[in-house]
Amino acid sequence: MSINFNLNGKVVELDVPPDSALLYVLRNDLQLNSPKFGCGLAQCGACTVLVNGQAVRSCVLPAASAAGKDVVTLEGLGSRDAPHPLQAAFIKLQAMQCGYCSNGIIMSAAALLQENPSPSEEQIRSALIGNLCRCGAHGRIVQAISEAARQQQDKERP
Amino acid sequence: MTTRRTFIKGAGSLVLYFNVMPFDASAQQSSAAELPQSLAANRSLDTWLRLDADGVVTLSPGKCELGQGVQTALAQIAAEELDVDMGRIQVLTVDTGHSPDEAYTSGSRSIEHSGAAIRMAAAEVRAILVELAADELDTLPAKIAVRNGVFTIDGAMTPLDYWSVIAEKTLERHASGTVPVKDRDRYRVVGSSAERIDIPAKAFAENVYIHDMRLDGMLHARVVRTGNCEATLSLRADIDTVMDSPGVVKVVRDGSFLAVVAEREEQAVNAARQLAALCDWKHATLPFDESSVSEWLREAPAEVKVVAERGAVGSSGIARNVGRSYSRAFQAHASLSPSAAIAHRQGDRLTVWSHSQGVYPLRGAIAKIAGLDEQSVRCIHAQASGCYGHNGADDAACDAALIAMQVPGRPIRLQWSRADEFLGEPYGSAMTTEINAGIDDDGRIVDWNFDVWSGSHSTRPRGANGAGRFFAARQLAEPLAVPPVGNIPQPRGGGDRNAVPGYAFANHRVTKHLVPDVRLRVSAMRALGAFTNVFAIESFMDEIAHEQAEDPIDFRIRHLDDQRAIGVLNTLREQMSASQTGSLEAPAGVGIGMARYKNSGAYCAVAMHVVVNPDSGQIKLRHALCAVDVGLVINPDGVINQIEGGIIQASSWTVREQIRLDRDGAASKDWVSYPVLTFAEVPAVEVTLIDQPDELPLGAGEAAQGPTAAAIANAVARATGKRIRDLPLTPARVRQA
Ligand code: FES
Ligand code: FES
Repeated sequence: MSINFNLNGKVVELDVPPDSALLYVLRNDLQLNSPKFGCGLAQCGACTVLVNGQAVRSCVLPAASAAGKDVVTLEGLGSRDAPHPLQAAFIKLQAMQCGYCSNGIIMSAAALLQENPSPSEEQIRSALIGNLCRCGAHGRIVQAISEAARQQQDKERP
Repeated sequence: MTTRRTFIKGAGSLVLYFNVMPFDASAQQSSAAELPQSLAANRSLDTWLRLDADGVVTLSPGKCELGQGVQTALAQIAAEELDVDMGRIQVLTVDTGHSPDEAYTSGSRSIEHSGAAIRMAAAEVRAILVELAADELDTLPAKIAVRNGVFTIDGAMTPLDYWSVIAEKTLERHASGTVPVKDRDRYRVVGSSAERIDIPAKAFAENVYIHDMRLDGMLHARVVRTGNCEATLSLRADIDTVMDSPGVVKVVRDGSFLAVVAEREEQAVNAARQLAALCDWKHATLPFDESSVSEWLREAPAEVKVVAERGAVGSSGIARNVGRSYSRAFQAHASLSPSAAIAHRQGDRLTVWSHSQGVYPLRGAIAKIAGLDEQSVRCIHAQASGCYGHNGADDAACDAALIAMQVPGRPIRLQWSRADEFLGEPYGSAMTTEINAGIDDDGRIVDWNFDVWSGSHSTRPRGANGAGRFFAARQLAEPLAVPPVGNIPQPRGGGDRNAVPGYAFANHRVTKHLVPDVRLRVSAMRALGAFTNVFAIESFMDEIAHEQAEDPIDFRIRHLDDQRAIGVLNTLREQMSASQTGSLEAPAGVGIGMARYKNSGAYCAVAMHVVVNPDSGQIKLRHALCAVDVGLVINPDGVINQIEGGIIQASSWTVREQIRLDRDGAASKDWVSYPVLTFAEVPAVEVTLIDQPDELPLGAGEAAQGPTAAAIANAVARATGKRIRDLPLTPARVRQA
C-alpha cells in the first residue's frame, strides 16, 4: 500500500506491504540507521522514534499508522554541523560504550525535554525505564541528558 | 599514594583501554629478537600502518572495536610515536583480506598485543621517514624533530612532511625491532583524555554497525529453531506453502537446520513465523531444573584436578570447621543487538561480515562448515552492540554462510530474533562452589579447602577444528564432530579463575571439577569463573567476620600480606566514612567485597549500600563505592568508565539475572523472561583510583564483577540478617531466606 508521512521535515511517499512495522520501513526503505532493532517486542527501546512528538517503539508500530503524521528520527534532531544539545552532550560526556542503545535513549530524552525542559535526575531515570543499556553507561547517560537540558535552557534564555 | 576522587556526576569519561597498557620492559629496549608477539607474527610494517596521500595515517590493527574504545587507544599510541595529532589518524576494521592476524579480541589483552606492535611499528616508521627527510635536507636524522607529521629543525618548520618523503614501497619492509620507542615521560597523547574516535559517528547514526550495512541486491534471512542445537526437526506440512508467502526466495533446509530467505526483512520474519508453526522438534529433556542444577553439577561426570595447594590442609590447631556452599545460575551475555551477519557467495568464494571477536579464527571454521578452502573465505569485522564475551556472533555468521552457500550471487543478511539470541547464545555456565575452612582459637582461618564445579568457559569456534562448535554444526544432515571443550589452566583459569584465594591462609587446596557437558551451550562470559568464585570467597569471609563480631575490613586485613590489597580496603574504608548516606529507611545495609582479578590483575574493593523490602523481597541498590588499583593510571576517566559499567552490569547479574529453565531447556527468550536492571534500578557509582606510578598498568574491565556480587550479598545480610548463597538474589530467595 502507499503511505505518506512527514519524515524529519520532508514529506515521503512510499509503497510498502500493509503490515510492515515502521522500523523496517525507516531502516530498509528509507535507509535510516538511527532506529535500531533490539527486540521487536517493545521491550528495549532501541527502535524509539518520535511520532507527533511522542516517543514510540517503531518495531511494533505499523507503518500505516504513521500515515499523515510527523515522524522524527535521530537524523532529524541534529547533524555533525548542527548537533542537537543531546548529541553534543553525549559526545562531551562520552556517554556510551557500544552506543547501540544511544539512539533510542536520545529520542526518549528528546521527548522528555519537550515536556519537561529541566527534569530532575529521578525524572530522567523514570523516563528511560523502557530503554535498556547493557553496557552499564547509565550514570553518564543521565548526566548527559541533564547537561543537554541545561544547554538547551541557556540557549533559549533571551 | 595519591588518590583521585571522581563522582559519577560529571565524570568526564573517556578511553577505556589505557589501563591495560603493558609498558613492558622488552618493548622499551627493543631488539629484533624481542619483537612483540603480534609484530613478530605479522612483521611487515605496512600491514599495520599506511600513510595516505591526504595527510592521513591509516592504522590496521588485528583487534576489533567492541564498544570498548580499542580503536581510540591504538590511535593514541600511533599518534604518540609518530608525533601526529589524533585527528590525522583513522583506524580500519579487522579484515582477513589485509589485517594482521591477532586472533581474538578478548581478555583485556588488546593493548598488550596490538598496542605493543603498533607502538614499535610506528616508532620504526617514524625513524625511516626521518632518515629520508635528513637525506633530502642534507642533515643528520638526530637534528630532525616532527610536529604533527611535519619535519622541523631547531624548532623551525621545514617544507617536508611524512607524506612528501614517503614513496610507494617505503613501508614494505619487516620490522627490525631495533628502533627505540618514546620514553614514557615524554608522552603527551598517551595518558591524555582523548575523546573516543568512534563516538561521534554513533551519536549521529552514521554507518557504524553491521545492522547498518545495505549491500546491492541484499536478501533478508531468518533461522527457524529452538534453543537446543541437538533437537531434530520434522515438518508437519510441505514447505511449499511457505514458498508462496510474499517475497520468499528460498527455504533452506539441511537436516534440522532451517532458514528462510526473502526480498524484504518483514517478509522473512513472517515466513519464519509460518515455518515455525510447521515444525516439530524432538530433543532430550534437561536432567535438572533451576533448583537442582547445583546438585546435578556435583554429580555429573567431571574432570577433577587440584589446581593449587599450599601446606597441608587438615593440620592441627583447628578450633572449629565451617563449610558453606555458594552458586550461581546460568546467565546470558544478552547483548542489546541480536546477532547478525552478512554472507555473500560469489562462485566458490565467500565473504562474511560478522561482529565476531575474532575474524581470523572464524574464517577457518566457516571454511570448514561451508566446504570451502580457507583462502576462498574472507571474514570482515563489523560492529554490533557490546558482546561481553562469546555471544551469538559466530553462530550467526555460520548461519549466514550456510544460507549463502545455497543462495549464491546475492548478499544474505541474516539477523537473529530476540528469542534466537536468548535461546541460541552460549551462556555463562552455572557454577557451584564449596568452602570448607578450619579456624583456629584466634578466629583466624588456617585451613582452606575450595571446590568449584563448572561447565567450560572456552568453546569458541576456533579454526577448522572448531567448526563443530557452531550452533548449526550439530543440526546438519551430516553433523560435524564437536571438539572437546576448552579448559583454561591456572594461573588464568576458566571456571577456577580467582578460585585460588588471595588471602594468606596457612594451608589451602583448590580443586576444579570441570563438567564438560552441562547440557546447555556455555562459553566465555566477562570475568569467567571469577564472578562466582569471588562472590563465594568474599561472602564466606564476611560470614566468618560477622559470626566473630569483627569488622569485615579488619578481618580481611588480618588475613592479607599483599599491601596493595590492604591498600584498596583502607581506601574503601575512607570512602565509606566520608560518604553521606543520610538516614535511610531500614532495613538498610552496607556490604563489601574485594579481589585481585585473576590473582594477577587489578585490585578492586566495592561497597554497596542496599535497602531491602522485607515483604516483597526487593533489593534496592542505592549507592556503590569502589576503590581500584590498576597500577599506573594511564587514563583515569577510562578506568572509571570501565569500573562503572562493570559494577552496573554485575549488579544486574547479582540481583536479577538467570536463564529460566524448564524440562525442554532454556526458557528465557525475551527481556520479560530475562529481565535486567533498568535506569530506575541501577546504583549510583563513585570510584576512587589509587595511582601507583611505579607499577605496571592493569586491565579494569573485569575487576569489579566479583567484588560487586559479594558486596551486594553481604549488604543484604547486614540489612536483613539473612544470608543468601545462591545467585541471583531474587526476591523469592530474600523472602524465603
Ligand atoms: S526493538 Fe523496539 S523496543 Fe526493542
Ligand atoms: S552503551 Fe552499549 S548498550 Fe548502552
